[in-house]
Amino acid sequence: MTARALINVPRKAKRGDVIEIKTLISHVMESGFRTGTNGKTIPRDIITSFACTYNGEEIFATQFYPAVAANPFVTFYTIATDNGTLAFTWIGDNGFEVTQEAKIVVE
Amino acid sequence: MDAMARLLITRREAVLAGAAALSASALPAPAAALGQMDTAIRNVFGEATIRAGKVTLDLPPLVENGNTVPMTVSVESPMTKDNYVKAIHVFNDKNPQPNVISLKLSPRAGKAVIATRIRLAGTQKLTAIAEMSDGTLWSGTEEVVVTLAACLEDLP
Repeated sequence: MTARALINVPRKAKRGDVIEIKTLISHVMESGFRTGTNGKTIPRDIITSFACTYNGEEIFATQFYPAVAANPFVTFYTIATDNGTLAFTWIGDNGFEVTQEAKIVVE
Repeated sequence: MDAMARLLITRREAVLAGAAALSASALPAPAAALGQMDTAIRNVFGEATIRAGKVTLDLPPLVENGNTVPMTVSVESPMTKDNYVKAIHVFNDKNPQPNVISLKLSPRAGKAVIATRIRLAGTQKLTAIAEMSDGTLWSGTEEVVVTLAACLEDLP
């Protein structure tokens, strides 16, 4: 399954700065509460969890429910500590899993 | 003018006191009278005391389309090693499922603010509860009026 994920992390930051991270991933987030044309309920297909690690250490983790809108968009903050990689992982129903990375330079 | 100001203040105080009395009387209500949101909150936190304050839910007061409603949750906290927000849970009152989003934070976050977009099936109340590192629970509540509800519409 291909899903487009957009991640916005500042390329450079000063050590100790609080940086804003914005993420957006394309996903229908089918709630499982809607009825299709055949009268049957459309099965649930959502992203259930999203996490971010900074050089391997988990800095942010969420659990999504069907009440999260399609194409989940999350903005959160973290302290720039070191040069390195931020890895973002989305896991969902039907084996959905996307991981994407972003690099940051900390001065 | 003084009398007028005093009148205004007393009126505001009266309204505040009324609101406080309402929420105070709503909290210890028997299980039978609890809405889905309160039931869900009790399922997560048990009988722990939840105090109002510190948590701000930022939502548009009037929403045209319940399918994507921007929501920002911010919690007052220094976010230091000894005093930080451990978790935030957001609940709703009218969607088919009472949970909206749950998240874990650490002192590494720098500030306890998160924003996302949610779905709302109708005009309702949302509550965000923050769990602090010292174990205390704080809540913030917001009312949202939704013109077009999400979640329940059928496919054409």
